[in-house]
Amino acid sequence: MRCPDQIIKWMHDYLDGDITPDDEKKLREHLQHCPECSHHFNSLKKTIALVQHTAPFAPSANFTANVMAKLPKEKKRIRFGRWLQNHPFITAASLFVALTIASLLTTWNKEQQFSVSTRENVIIRDHTVIVPKGKTVDGDIVVRNGTIKIEGRVNGNVTVIHGEKYLASAGHVTGKVEEINEVFDWIWYNVKSVVKDVFE
Amino acid sequence: MDIFVKNRIKAIQKGDQNAYAEIVELYKDKVYRLCYRMLGNRHEAEDAAQEAFIRAYVNINTYNPTMNFSSWLYRIATNLSIDKLRKKKPDIYLDEEVSGTEGLTMYSQLPSKEASPEDAVESLELQETVQKAIEKLPEKYRSVIVLKYINDLSLQEISEILDLPIGTVKTRIHRGREALRKHLGHL
Repeated sequence: MRCPDQIIKWMHDYLDGDITPDDEKKLREHLQHCPECSHHFNSLKKTIALVQHTAPFAPSANFTANVMAKLPKEKKRIRFGRWLQNHPFITAASLFVALTIASLLTTWNKEQQFSVSTRENVIIRDHTVIVPKGKTVDGDIVVRNGTIKIEGRVNGNVTVIHGEKYLASAGHVTGKVEEINEVFDWIWYNVKSVVKDVFE
Repeated sequence: MDIFVKNRIKAIQKGDQNAYAEIVELYKDKVYRLCYRMLGNRHEAEDAAQEAFIRAYVNINTYNPTMNFSSWLYRIATNLSIDKLRKKKPDIYLDEEVSGTEGLTMYSQLPSKEASPEDAVESLELQETVQKAIEKLPEKYRSVIVLKYINDLSLQEISEILDLPIGTVKTRIHRGREALRKHLGHL
């Protein structure tokens, strides 16, 4: 019996799962009558079964560890990033500190204007604040970008930021006298005042 | 592709090596099996599979997420195995008939395997027969057969992995099946 040429192709289409229903019917009919093709078809199916039947074989137990050991070193930045992810509190705290310092630095550079915290019993001439002889200032004095001359009496603290202080021999300050001319002093001063505000 | 793999890959692309260990764990068996069937021995398969994972890691930024990650990984493993096959082409084939003898091949010259329970031997022999039949396939048929029947992939996935038109994949599978049938069909 002469078999149609496309029989073998149909077999493979069938095995691939994309045979048309029409071809499948013709294939089945042919296989019923042709022992030769039927044998061919069965041996193909058996072959597939044999190839698919695989003993459970797996890579060595330390396969993953071996792969990981051979990978190129990861970047330091990444390791640092993962460390931050694992320590959220430290990350938040350091971020807070960094932002605070940055904002203080900008205010330090920006504030170039002369200012004084009190106007009572003082004389202001250009950028100089004078506490005259015989006068008494009650409370703290803060002078920015200016000079203070104390000839009288101050009942409180005197702070000079970006400036100088002159204390005459007759002058008297009951509290502390402070001059702030460096960025770090400025930061320290701010930190102190924040802490004082918090605790008062 | 499931979300887990997607997320892991994003982490790896950012450089997180720990995430890669989970990917290796997930795919090592399939990649190893592919390499084993392509190369035919445990030692080489282990080396090739490891190298495939290392290559995938190094080139993770060239991975295109529109493709299945497994397909991409299998492509690397298949190409690597084919490279290794080309390099190791042996001078003599063990199943060549030894000249001057009749039906005596180099296999009969090899020392027999150590004794083990009978059924284990039988299944082991069958395994070896199947493996030899696969090894006799030219590499272009071998790769499609391995992907189809060992890794259980669809024709579509195979065409993606090997970057071949689906018609070519089909033709190669048909020829590969016929070639295997000659060695295994009579068993």
